[in-house]
Amino acid sequence: MARVSIGLTVNGQAVSAEVEPRMTLADFLRDELGLTGTKLGCEHGVCGACTVLIDGAAVRSCLMLAVQAEGADVLTIEGLSHNGLHPVQEAYWEHHGLQCGFCTPGMVLTAYAFLQERPDPSDEEIREALAGNLCRCTGYQNIVVAVRAAAEKLAGAR
Amino acid sequence: MKPPPFDYIRPRGLDEALAILATHGPDARPLAGGQSLIPLLNLRLARPSLLVDLAFIPGLADVQAENGTVVLGAMVRQRTVERDALIAQRVPLLAEATRLVGHPPIRNRGTIGGSLAHADPSAEYPAIALALDAELVVRSASRERVVPARDFFVDLFTTALAPGELLTAVRIPVPPPGAGWAIQEIARRHGDFALAGAAVLLRQAGDGTCEHAAIALFGVATRPLRATAAEHALTGQPLTAESIREAAALAVEAIDEPLSDVHGSAAYRQRMAGAVVRRALEEASRRAGT
Repeated sequence: MARVSIGLTVNGQAVSAEVEPRMTLADFLRDELGLTGTKLGCEHGVCGACTVLIDGAAVRSCLMLAVQAEGADVLTIEGLSHNGLHPVQEAYWEHHGLQCGFCTPGMVLTAYAFLQERPDPSDEEIREALAGNLCRCTGYQNIVVAVRAAAEKLAGAR
Repeated sequence: MKPPPFDYIRPRGLDEALAILATHGPDARPLAGGQSLIPLLNLRLARPSLLVDLAFIPGLADVQAENGTVVLGAMVRQRTVERDALIAQRVPLLAEATRLVGHPPIRNRGTIGGSLAHADPSAEYPAIALALDAELVVRSASRERVVPARDFFVDLFTTALAPGELLTAVRIPVPPPGAGWAIQEIARRHGDFALAGAAVLLRQAGDGTCEHAAIALFGVATRPLRATAAEHALTGQPLTAESIREAAALAVEAIDEPLSDVHGSAAYRQRMAGAVVRRALEEASRRAGT
């Protein structure tokens, strides 16, 4: 199968590559660029572990082919902060919003995108926003607490 | 890498895409937002030889209003449908239904045309198209045709689209002012596929009787269904708890080939169908003005 040339931006860096059409964006980020912060859980769009931002919007990188990211601006967990932890990451850390950490990059990026759109959410809205991300060990309670704390941190920083 | 190998092409115009689809026949699959097709590829349930990416074709993602109709290009993302001011004002049922489609990251990629053409029996958009008597604009290299929603959804994941044809737009008649509308569904979690769902549009006459009723069911049969017997029974009747209960019971009888799987048995889905139709009719009748 003919490889396809792609050009995109990943965490602010221009990237060009030749990829097999069947390579998912998640595999491209992990295996070609070495950005293994993006996790693969279910690989069919159910668990949310592979969530990244494309042009500012949260998407499942397992449900996107690398070739579809032509011209896109991709943000992964590695690019969220270049200088210590991002306030959303700090909030997860401080409020025990993670245990094993596998779902965390997807959880953090989902929360980050959500809080940009809705800086002062209710708990109900936080729960709905996280409904597409599965966690199998931390428990959702502290994750909701962490997202609420992150909203307060971000509001304080503005 | 999970998907089987395939070739990929990125046409820059609709005619180019249609010519490619005409040449390759059923082995080529259009790729819209990929939120249904890519899971099928990852699970190797679909094995196309060629994916034709529609995302780089200009003009397929417009939302337009013309003469009492809202026209959505097939590549309009679900997130856009959810937030578009024109849609919220003129077809609020469509905007509300969109909030039930997957999760925001799915809606950021998923498209209205992709969802309609995929024809998942549990999906919201096909039922909305049925309830609103939408028309689907279908193009091939040789012609354009317009298919009413009630002729479009044929069977499980099967539409009236022939090989080489592409759904390019959906035309939705704007309900008259005062029309009542509602969508109700039962799912395990917010964003999960519906185990039973109903989309309803009602118009009330000056004397409070029901002038027009459209009831579409999803998640319960091999394809979305209009509950026509229930609609007829309700038309001309006052919208009361009693008439709504009777219509809901009749709607369940429209389910000819009930879905039954690990998520919900046929008996469960049928009982829930009655419940969601009743709730949707109640909500729509509260919204309906004269």
